[in-house]
Amino acid sequence: MRLGERAGLKESKPLRDIFGDALLEVVENNPKVVVLDGDLGNSTKTELTRKAFPERSFNIGIAESNLVCIGAGMAGAGLIPWITSFSSFLLCNGYDQIRLSVAISNLNAKILGSHGGITLGKDGPTQMGIEDLALVGGLPTVVILVPSDPVTMHKAVKAATDHVGPVWLRSSRIAMPYIYPQDQEFIIGKAITTREGNDLTIIANGMMVAAALDAAVALQEDGIQARVIDLHTLRPIDREAITKAAKETGAIVTAEEHLLHGGMGSNVARVVAENCPVPMRFVGLADTYVESGDPDDLLEKYHLTSSDIEAKAREVLAAKGETA
Amino acid sequence: MEKDETTKLPQEELTEIAKILRLDILKATTRAGSGHLSSSFSSVELLTALFFNGILRYRPDEPLWPKRDRFIMSKGHAAPLLYAVLAKAGYFPKEELWRLREAGSPVQGHPILGKMPGVEATTGSLGQGISLGIGHILGGRITGKKYRVYVLIGDGECQAGQIWESAMAASHFKTHELMVILDYNKFQEMGPVSREMGLEPLIDKWQSFGWYTAEVDGHDIGAVTKKIHSLQEIKDQPTILVAHTVKGKGVSFVEQDYTWHGRAIKDPEQYKAAEKEILCG
Ligand SMILES: Cc1ncc(C[n+]2csc(CCOP(=O)(O)OP(=O)(O)O)c2C)c(N)n1
Ligand SMILES: [Mg+2]
Repeated sequence: MRLGERAGLKESKPLRDIFGDALLEVVENNPKVVVLDGDLGNSTKTELTRKAFPERSFNIGIAESNLVCIGAGMAGAGLIPWITSFSSFLLCNGYDQIRLSVAISNLNAKILGSHGGITLGKDGPTQMGIEDLALVGGLPTVVILVPSDPVTMHKAVKAATDHVGPVWLRSSRIAMPYIYPQDQEFIIGKAITTREGNDLTIIANGMMVAAALDAAVALQEDGIQARVIDLHTLRPIDREAITKAAKETGAIVTAEEHLLHGGMGSNVARVVAENCPVPMRFVGLADTYVESGDPDDLLEKYHLTSSDIEAKAREVLAAKGETA
Repeated sequence: MEKDETTKLPQEELTEIAKILRLDILKATTRAGSGHLSSSFSSVELLTALFFNGILRYRPDEPLWPKRDRFIMSKGHAAPLLYAVLAKAGYFPKEELWRLREAGSPVQGHPILGKMPGVEATTGSLGQGISLGIGHILGGRITGKKYRVYVLIGDGECQAGQIWESAMAASHFKTHELMVILDYNKFQEMGPVSREMGLEPLIDKWQSFGWYTAEVDGHDIGAVTKKIHSLQEIKDQPTILVAHTVKGKGVSFVEQDYTWHGRAIKDPEQYKAAEKEILCG
C-alpha cells in the first residue's frame, strides 16, 4: 500500500521538487537570498533557481568544505545563503566548516541536507543520510527542520529563510503525500497535533508522519485512539507538546527515518524522562547501515512501515496497561 | 620464476571485451532502473587495458592475495563498470550483475568493501581513493609486499580538496608504485567542468604537486597500455595518466550529454538503439 493511502492522504510529487519550487519563490521575493550548490542541483532541485537566477546561483563543485565556507562568507557579507547538497556529503565533508563558520559563528546561513533517510534507495549507504539529525544535533545553535508533507515543506523553506540564524532543513527524494491544507500554520519549534487521540501518542517526523497516520487508522479499527504529533522541528524541541502528550495519553511511540541512536526519539525520551515518564517505544534504524534497494523494499526490511509503528503501539499499550 | 599474474588477451578480444562490458553495464542499469551509465561507459577502455591487457596482477580465485595489485574505483558511481569488469575477470558469476541495486544484493549502488570480491574500497563520496591508495602503498612498504596501486578518478572529482591533500602526500612519500588514471571526460553532474568549476591548467597542477604526468586517448586500449607500461618505469614520483575520454562513449545520444549523468536508459526503443550501436561500434 502507498504511503498515506490507508489514511486517505492525497499523493504529491517528491519532496525535493517541493523544495525546489519553494526555494525559487524565496529567491524571487528576497534579493538577499543566494543559492550554493555542490554539483547536485539536478538532484536537490536547486536547478530551477539556477535557471531563473543564474547571477545568484553558484555551483562550487564537488567540494563541500569549500561550499560551506563560501556560503558562510556570503552570510558574513549580509546575504542569506542556501547551502545545498546531499546531507551525507555536507555533513561528512563539511562538518568542521559548518561547526566553526556557521554554528559557532551563529551566522544567518541555511543548509539544505537533501536525500535524508534511506528512501533515496538504490544509490546505497554511502549516499544516504541516516545520521544527519544526530550530526546536526551536535551543532547547538542550529535549528533543525524535518518537514513531512508538501505544505509544510513549502512553509519550512520560507520560515527558515525568515528565521535569523543557522537552520538545517532535511529534504528527501520520495514523494510524501499531502497531510495538511494549504493554510496550515507552520511555526518553527511548534509541533503540529495532526490527529487527536488519548490512548497513546505517536510522535513522528518526515515521511513517518504519514506512516503514523496510516497506523492510527489501523489502530482505530480496534478502537484505539492514537494521537499523532508531527515534530517537524527537532531543535528547538517542543517540550510542551511532548509533555502534554505524555500526561494525557500515558504512552508514546516515536517514528523516524533515521538511526535510533541520537535521533528524534532519543531527544523526545529526554523530555519525557524529565517531565512525565511514561512507557515509550521507538521506530527507527537499529545500529546498522542500510544497503541499496528499492525504497519500499528497504522500508519493509528495516522496519520503517506503518505496520511497524502499529506493532510498537500495541506493545507500548500493553506496557502502559501493566504500569497503570 | 614466479608466474606472471596478469591477464593478457589478444587485441581483437580486447575490443570484444569492451563491447561486452558496455552491454553488461547497459543491461544492469536498465534492469535496476537507475545507475551511472555514462560515467561507466567513459572508462571502459581504461579498465579493459588494466585488467585484461597485462597490467594488473590479480587472482580472482584468491581475491585477497596479499601481493595483488590494487585497483581502487575512486569515482565510485561507476560501480556498474567495476562490477562488469570483476565479473568478466572471474571474481563472481555474471548473473550477479542483474541484481544491481536490489535490496539484499551484494552488487550495491556504489562499491562497498567486503560485499563483493575484488572491490578494494568503499567509495561513492568523491575524493577519497588516492589517499586509500597511498595507505596501501605505505602499508606494503612496512609488510614487505610489493604491489602497485591504480586509482581511477573523475575530472569533477578533482575539485575535492582531499584530491590535492593526497596529491601532496603521494609525492612527499615518493609513491612511484601509485598510478592515478584520470578519466578526463570534461563533464561533471551539472555540466561541462570548464563551466561549472574549471580545472585548467590541470597538467600543470599535477606537475607542480610533484607528479609525473602523461596524456592519452582514453578509448585507445593499445595506447593506454603502452603509456601505463612507460609510467611504470618512473622512479621516485607518483604518476598520473590523464586520459581524454568521451562521457557516455559508445552510444551516440548519451555521448557528451551531461543530462544523462546518473540515469539509466528506460525507453525500450532507446535501449535497442543503444544495444545496436554498441554491437556495431
Ligand atoms: C563528495 C561528493 N559530492 C557529490 C557527489 C555527487 N556526485 C556523484 S557523481 C558526481 C559528478 C562526478 O563527476 P566526475 O568526477 O567528472 O565523474 P564522471 O561521472 O564524469 O566520470 C557528483 C557530483 C559525490 N558522489 N560525492
Ligand atoms: Mg567527468
